[in-house]
Amino acid sequence: MIGEAVAFYVLAAITLASGVVVATSPNLMHSAIALVPTLLGVTGIYILLNAEFVAGIQVLIYAGGITVLILFVIMLTEGGTGLRVRQRNEQVAIAAAVSAAVAALFIALAGRTPWAQGAGTLPSYTPGAIGQNFLGPNLLLFEGTSVVLLVTLVGAILIARKEAGE
Amino acid sequence: MTSVVWIIPLLPLAAFVAVTFWGERLPGRGAYVSIAGIVLAAVGGLAVLAEAAAGARADVTYTWIAAGSRPLVVGFVVDPLSAVMLAMVGCVASLITIYSVGYMAGDPHYPRFFSYLSLFQFSMLFLVLADNLLFIYIAWELVGLCSYLLIGFWFERPSAARAALKAFIVTRIGDFSMMIGILMLYLRTGSLRFDEVFHAIGTGSLGGPFLTVVALLVFGGAVGKSAQVPLHVWLPDAMEGPTPVSALIHAATMVAAGVYLVARAYPLFLLSPGHEALTVVAYVGGITALAAATMGVVEDDLKRVLAYSTMSQLGYMMLGLGVLGYSAGMFHLITHAVFKALLFLAAGSIIHAVATNDMKRMGGLARSMPVTFWTFLVAALALTAIPPFAGFFSKDAILLAAYAHDRVLWLVGLVGSFLTSLYMGRLCWYAFAGEFRGGAAGGAAHGDPRESPAVMTVPLVILAVLAIVLGWVGAEAFGDPFGHFIRFEGVEAPAGNSGVLLLSVAVAVAGWIAAGALYRWRLVSPETLTGNFRGLYTLLVRKYYVDDVYELVFVRAGAGVVWAAGAFDRYVVDGLVNLIGWLTGRVGSALRYVQTGREETYLLLAALGVVVIVLVRLVW
Amino acid sequence: MITLTHYLVLSALLFALGLYAALSRRNAVAMLMGIELMLNAANINLVAFNKYAAPGAIQGQIFALIVITLAACEAAVGLALILAAYRRFETTYVDDLNLMKW
Repeated sequence: MIGEAVAFYVLAAITLASGVVVATSPNLMHSAIALVPTLLGVTGIYILLNAEFVAGIQVLIYAGGITVLILFVIMLTEGGTGLRVRQRNEQVAIAAAVSAAVAALFIALAGRTPWAQGAGTLPSYTPGAIGQNFLGPNLLLFEGTSVVLLVTLVGAILIARKEAGE
Repeated sequence: MTSVVWIIPLLPLAAFVAVTFWGERLPGRGAYVSIAGIVLAAVGGLAVLAEAAAGARADVTYTWIAAGSRPLVVGFVVDPLSAVMLAMVGCVASLITIYSVGYMAGDPHYPRFFSYLSLFQFSMLFLVLADNLLFIYIAWELVGLCSYLLIGFWFERPSAARAALKAFIVTRIGDFSMMIGILMLYLRTGSLRFDEVFHAIGTGSLGGPFLTVVALLVFGGAVGKSAQVPLHVWLPDAMEGPTPVSALIHAATMVAAGVYLVARAYPLFLLSPGHEALTVVAYVGGITALAAATMGVVEDDLKRVLAYSTMSQLGYMMLGLGVLGYSAGMFHLITHAVFKALLFLAAGSIIHAVATNDMKRMGGLARSMPVTFWTFLVAALALTAIPPFAGFFSKDAILLAAYAHDRVLWLVGLVGSFLTSLYMGRLCWYAFAGEFRGGAAGGAAHGDPRESPAVMTVPLVILAVLAIVLGWVGAEAFGDPFGHFIRFEGVEAPAGNSGVLLLSVAVAVAGWIAAGALYRWRLVSPETLTGNFRGLYTLLVRKYYVDDVYELVFVRAGAGVVWAAGAFDRYVVDGLVNLIGWLTGRVGSALRYVQTGREETYLLLAALGVVVIVLVRLVW
Repeated sequence: MITLTHYLVLSALLFALGLYAALSRRNAVAMLMGIELMLNAANINLVAFNKYAAPGAIQGQIFALIVITLAACEAAVGLALILAAYRRFETTYVDDLNLMKW
């Protein structure tokens, strides 16, 4: 119990602190790099929630793939560190206000609602259960997602390629 | 003939359709077809008259709308009243149509004239045959329409167009009153047929003050159509139309429709409590008779004198009907149709020859236009009730009835008689006697006036013969066949009173002598008279200022209302619409700044929207 | 004792951070990073609900997996778009991409 609480607060602190850096740093590279501890923090949260497979996938795809992808694009566009350029636009104040309001609303909502406690327990070996589910009841979802992936692949190539003669 | 009496109005209607569509290509440029239509109708009318005189009666009905419990049954009636009117309208209209061939020769719109004439003839025949108020109203409106079309025949003249409009609008007021009366009758009795309405009076479901009101409303229509005071202002101006039109419509037939309506609906007037409605009819007639005669004395336009004369004589007819002289009033209608048509046609002959209406520019025509002169004289003597011409028998029958019923009205009639002779004498001296005054300046275009062609003078002669003999069918000496044919149950002509008769003749002759004194023998010069009675003279010339009052009260006020309505439409209604348009434009201009083209704005607005919605949901 | 509410609060805060990043950053890639943060917050919610409110089922985690997959797709396509836009307009700052302005 105590261990769980300590783990939770530590992971939460890591996630939120890095998230602040991502959101507010005037240095573009710092923002991008700070994305990694944020996502790793979230991975930890997943493990706390008995979702090991999801945590693994998170590391692979998010912290690994997407972060690298973002870094690549920053390099390819001449973003650099972006320190010489103003990184915040003119609606900062109201954006902060709106974000704060959203957070407040969600927290208030979460606190007020009596969430029902469901019955049953999570399976201890989640990858197996997930696999069974994907190839069982949610087969269509699985196949559909793969089609989406294919389309995305082709689409991204199409959008990002150099035009002939350019 | 009686059973197929409905064919009679259809003949001129067929002529109308034919001449309207193929006028130019028809024989005589449409005139002969039109003449054929009316002459055949006249022959039919005479046949019906003969049968009716022998005792035939008919009521040919059709069910127009079979609407449940109250089917609308309409039809045509043949009785003495309609038979006599049919014959008169047919014959007079035939003669006038033949005359028009000569009068309108050379007019560029020749076929149109005859098509309008045929339409009018159809409407008038339809009117006199109707056995229900619906048909009467329909025919009423149709003759009003034809009057408008024919008065404004030369519509390129602004005065003619205005006169046509004035006639239509003023008679419309009367028509409106009549329509209200008809509706009230329908609501009370559930039927529009004359026999059923009269039956309702008999059973008592229609009576009392209601009956008086209805009778007066229906009389309103007659007041308009027959140019009685106060709706008389259109008739003098209606002389803008061609002279055959004046003869046919504004002398013989259409204006007589009002008198005919009163006669046809006589029970409405007779049985109103205390004869109230009848008294109103009589006094309106009497006032008109006198007022019109006074205005006719000061007119210089040949046709307008005759117009005032028509107005006055119509007043006499209403007077006659009002003082229980049913036969007398109708008899005067018939004889008046003949000699007034003759007067107008002869006047048309004069105008055709001298190219002006102004009496002061005529003169000496007795020598240059003998046929016209003699026929005109016959008609004038008939009009002024000199025996043995037609007018004497009819007008004096009216005066006799007035003497027996209401001495005041009798005096009014007598004075009017004097004035009638005065203005007719004046007219004759100016137009026919002395030397031709229009030579130098005015009539030079036509050269010296010559007699009109035979197509115009033959109808004059025929009418003159009728003007002499027609009176005798209503004479006591010959047994008064007219009076026995056209009569109303319970209303009997008073016994002859030779004293009254002699007095009437004396008064009429005195009028002629007075005219001679003023204009022929110059015993008193007219200029002296106008000088001494300047105020009275002005009053008469300005037609008692009635036209001016109407202009001020109705026309100006109406124009004011129109302006106000127009202003309301322009500023309030249009303003509102323009305001909405302008507002939309401004709001759009303001809102377009939302489209910054930048994504972060849109995202912000979306997030803001979510927050707002949730807050509202929480708070509400 | 860590309850559902803790996780919900965490995800709410993370979501707000992501929203702030998406709204207030000028660089397109930085906006995209904000979007990724928002997606992660949603994922935390899904998995937390799965554990606390519906432990008998595994659908929460399935949903989270699918979200991750689709987030990857969306990031790929988005970044491709940013590259293409950079080639055309020579800029990655969304302020300058305002052709649809009034």
